[in-house]
Amino acid sequence: MPPPVLDVRALSVQFETNEGPLRVLRDVSLQVAPGETFGLAGESGSGKTTLGYTILQALAPTARVTGGAILFEGRDLLGVSEDELRRIRGRRIAMVYQDPRSALNPTTRIGAQIAEVLEIHERAPARAAGRRAQELLELVNIADPASVARRYPHELSGGMQQRAVIAMALAGGPSLLILDEPTTGLDVTTQARILELVADLKRRVGAAILYISHDLAVIAQVADRVGVLYAGELVEVGPTADLFAQPVHPYTRGLLDALPHLDGLRGLVPIEGRIPRLTDLPPGCVFAPRCDFVAPACTAATPALETVAPERRARCVRWPTVLATPRRSTAAAIAPETVASDAPLLAFEHVSKYFGGAGAVARWLGIGAPPVRAVDDVSFDVRADEVVALVGESGCGKTTLGRLAVRLLRPTAGRVRFAAPKPTDAQIVFQHPDSSLNPMKRIGPSLARPLVLRGLRRRERGRRVRELLEAVRLDPDYGARRPAALSGGEKQRVAIARALAMAPQFVVLDEPVSALDVSTQASIIRLLAELRRTLGASYLMISHDLSLVRHVAARVGVMYLGRLVEIGAVDEVFRAPSHPYTRALRSAVPRPDPAVPGRPIRLEGSVPSAQHPPAGCRFHTRCPQKIGRVCEEAEPPWARASPTHWIACHIPIAELSRSSEEARP
Amino acid sequence: MSSLSPTLGVGGAILALVLAMSLAAPWIAPYPTTEQHMLERLKPPGARFLLGTDQYGRDLLSRTLFGARPALGLGLGAVALGLALGVPIGLTAGYVGGRLDDLVMRVVDAMLAFPSLLLALLIITALGASTGHALLAIGVANGPGIARIVRSATLALREAEFVLAARARGERHLYVMFGEIFPNVLAPVIVEATLRIGFAILAGASLSFLGLGVQPPAADWGLMIREARQYVFLSPWPLLAPGTALAFTIVAFNLFGDGLRDRLGAT
Amino acid sequence: MARYALRRLASIALILLLVSAIVFAAIHVLPGNAATLILGEYATPEALRTLEREMGLDRPLLVQYASWVASVVTGDWGVSLAMKQPVATVVGYRLRNSAFLALAALTVVVVVGVPLGTLAALRRGRPLDLAIVTATYVGISIPEFVTGLVLLLVLAGPSVGWFPTSGYVELASGVTAWARHLVLPAMTLTIVLLAHVVRQTRSGLADVLTAPYIRTARLKGASARRIVLRHALRNALLPTITVLALDLGYLMGGIVVVEEVFAYPGMGRLIIYAVQNRDVPLLQMCALVVASVYVLANFAADLAYAWLDPRIRYS
Repeated sequence: MPPPVLDVRALSVQFETNEGPLRVLRDVSLQVAPGETFGLAGESGSGKTTLGYTILQALAPTARVTGGAILFEGRDLLGVSEDELRRIRGRRIAMVYQDPRSALNPTTRIGAQIAEVLEIHERAPARAAGRRAQELLELVNIADPASVARRYPHELSGGMQQRAVIAMALAGGPSLLILDEPTTGLDVTTQARILELVADLKRRVGAAILYISHDLAVIAQVADRVGVLYAGELVEVGPTADLFAQPVHPYTRGLLDALPHLDGLRGLVPIEGRIPRLTDLPPGCVFAPRCDFVAPACTAATPALETVAPERRARCVRWPTVLATPRRSTAAAIAPETVASDAPLLAFEHVSKYFGGAGAVARWLGIGAPPVRAVDDVSFDVRADEVVALVGESGCGKTTLGRLAVRLLRPTAGRVRFAAPKPTDAQIVFQHPDSSLNPMKRIGPSLARPLVLRGLRRRERGRRVRELLEAVRLDPDYGARRPAALSGGEKQRVAIARALAMAPQFVVLDEPVSALDVSTQASIIRLLAELRRTLGASYLMISHDLSLVRHVAARVGVMYLGRLVEIGAVDEVFRAPSHPYTRALRSAVPRPDPAVPGRPIRLEGSVPSAQHPPAGCRFHTRCPQKIGRVCEEAEPPWARASPTHWIACHIPIAELSRSSEEARP
Repeated sequence: MSSLSPTLGVGGAILALVLAMSLAAPWIAPYPTTEQHMLERLKPPGARFLLGTDQYGRDLLSRTLFGARPALGLGLGAVALGLALGVPIGLTAGYVGGRLDDLVMRVVDAMLAFPSLLLALLIITALGASTGHALLAIGVANGPGIARIVRSATLALREAEFVLAARARGERHLYVMFGEIFPNVLAPVIVEATLRIGFAILAGASLSFLGLGVQPPAADWGLMIREARQYVFLSPWPLLAPGTALAFTIVAFNLFGDGLRDRLGAT
Repeated sequence: MARYALRRLASIALILLLVSAIVFAAIHVLPGNAATLILGEYATPEALRTLEREMGLDRPLLVQYASWVASVVTGDWGVSLAMKQPVATVVGYRLRNSAFLALAALTVVVVVGVPLGTLAALRRGRPLDLAIVTATYVGISIPEFVTGLVLLLVLAGPSVGWFPTSGYVELASGVTAWARHLVLPAMTLTIVLLAHVVRQTRSGLADVLTAPYIRTARLKGASARRIVLRHALRNALLPTITVLALDLGYLMGGIVVVEEVFAYPGMGRLIIYAVQNRDVPLLQMCALVVASVYVLANFAADLAYAWLDPRIRYS
């Protein structure tokens, strides 16, 4: 085996804070060989991003390396001078991180930003650097490099921006490429193309890649070997296939069992408890407080990273027991039951919602912009005691539809009918834990307020607040806390309790877990399912995560650019016949299983503007199955695939069934 | 608890001193503010008059001590008036949005096109020069700026999920504005108000200096400087005593406001 | 860009209309109309009514406003009551004098303020930064009339006498004399504005230096010098353009006091004169002109910003 490009040895890093040192990384060792992709997985607070910045010596001034070494091509980066570091950065080691939009200088053209790397490191003349920049854009599969090079970052879509950043990283011909969550925040079809590019680059460029992500499914698709970080420690490392097939560390096991699966049959088993505070670490193994296998030996001393099999190491003293114990039955206990009722509880009838648009005067002057058609002529209903999910990528209108359902917005056209006695019988739970609770209010008063509206007396309110906290599995003493003292998952529990306090018959769940870590996600989803059974309420769940939807919904609607394109029972939507967009969406979801490599259907271009949606079928500009002029000119009709399954496409159902056969099982 | 920042500490200390001066003036001032010592005019600092005397032989120390009162009174009063106008307007415009917001903000923009001193001058022309009118004029001139700050803070919170949740459960708009949004707007408003007190004091002193604010023979820093002008080459003390007091007071509000901004994390 | 300019222009027109309404309202809606202002509190009712009819004050307010706007737009700015001269002539001359002052101050502010602010941002937290920041606190906190009088005392006193204490000399009678009269008032204005621009530049640059794209540049291997010159400064200075336009409004307020201190015959002193003599036609136009200058300066700044910032240019 060739010597590793990157050899991190027993690295420890801490941040100085007012509450004492934050020990973000402790005794982390890993190697990345030339041509290898090493996937570093971890939830928030694991220290994975700090590791990336430590390698490039780009830490905040409050951070300090307290031990270890970072050998890059045999030389310890911790000892090199600032000048040498400058020669290494961008040329020998390059980094790509989350949110490409902010990573690019907003007032400099793309080409110039890429060419700058060459100007710095090779003193290349401007013209040659510019030409090379275009070649690099071509290398990252940008179809029209000359025109893209002349553009400014804000003129590109998120996926294109990230390609440009990757091109910039490749410009110096680095031997180590650090990719830190490069697809987080991108839509799943865009993500699929970036992952494809990463795999492709590995073949063509041959650099060592350190791929950092919270998303195990993505890691499963791109990495050769995987390391799992938990609370600043590397708890397990091994070849991707082995590690996913047979995780050794209880945390790795827990993570894999917590993931939702596209087949809806496995996963969503939560890891109880929360990540320890890094100022106040538990004695011994950091995972011991949450571990099912915990024994006295675990808390006695910090376990070492032991070799458990060839090339596999884990930081667990109980590993033989763990391996000998079969994995928990992961049958999804939350699968939705069949619907009892036929009466629609909430019905969207040809609902449209347009935003903005210029006034009459501006339109007359010809300087006004047309309105954004967030939702355009959508009809479907949610029945009593039913869970319906809406899926689609950003900008498809699903969030707007959710807000229309709870009267936060009024439709521009059409009607939202709600067959409950009071309008407030429809409630909503939002996406962002940090914004869902009023930061100036304690939890108790936040939960008591809906009860005031319902006319409960003071004493009843106190009792009911305690009951609500209990219902979402929080201690009654949380009532006295402020939101800032709660974790993301806990805040989301409070937000759920607040919606429940209104005793709703219908709840919109707008991406209720997408801001949460995998292990927390599973417990919130289970909680929601359980609460629904006791309440007998209906849910409209809005999500970009198809796997998650598979676990919870009875019916699913798929949206694209303001339109509903398909709706049906969950099993129907997840198999043929499918709308071409649904098919592409489904194929783009990465599987947390290295044995099932992704074969995403490629969607060209990006989502058109909702201000100028294409005529005819809105998907025709990107549709891989477009049949001709009719797609560009005529609205697609709704075709019935089954009594419950409808597809809006010009292609006949029979053909849609056939064309989907070639998709993987 | 982190230690007191230097801006907050220094600013607070000067403010406490100025406040103490204005409160204790009757007891610590050596002479009545209007008592003239005709034989001791334009004296430099000495044993009898610690800061010297003005052109009528009035004690500068006494007058400077008492001068803190109209300054603080006008600063606090004008900003209170500005808040009373600006907060409800900004909150409503930001929360309601749409046409109302457009209209209100255009008017606010138009009012901000006038330097605040000019706006105050317009009002004083209509009402006549006096301390009360100066306060009114400066207060009104502060309204639009405060409305703008409150409006943008409100706008940022309008779509916050806790606000949407309140609306979804059928809260009244007044409750959403004052019960949910306002507590979160308070921090930037306090910072802004603190900074504005300093500028209101400055504007009030400017009006008095122009003869359009506090009228003689009152002891007011702006007015004292107006009267000192003619004699500045004979004796700088009638200028320097109130000028220094004025500058220190305004610096203090600026320091304190910036310190608060850092402490409260407001932008 | 053209569409953006057109849109801005439409909103500028609206704001100017509102500005004129405010001027009109301030003087006409508040108790006591122009006739009482002119004749004083003790005028006989007959005299008042006669004057009101002459001035058209007996018509409905909206009609008065409309006819006033119409005459302003057509160039008929009326006659000053106290000076007995056409308002347009007086304002034109004074505006030019004030423009000399404002331009001199702004030039110094840009040439000195931006580099000073940059320096402070790059040396953040070090002694030099601390000194600059402290100086800016002093700068923004001392009223112009105190600064002006202190400068007068130090640089124009009988013992030094480097500059004239007050007044103005026409450009025609010699550049040196003209410039010497300009120095002290311009310097006074500069001190406050300088503090303002330094603070803005410093905080703007400090903000930009924490932006992710600066980290990108650093991780490309760019030198500190290159990061500041190529990436940070341009993005940091863009907002300074807007601040300069806002400062012009501040300058217009400062001019009132500074011109009074140095008996400089510009707009500021004209405004005080109009206020003291209750010369309503003159005051109205002064206020309108000052506010319009501010609005137009902001318009120019918006265009400059849009021209320099691709994010707006292509929207």
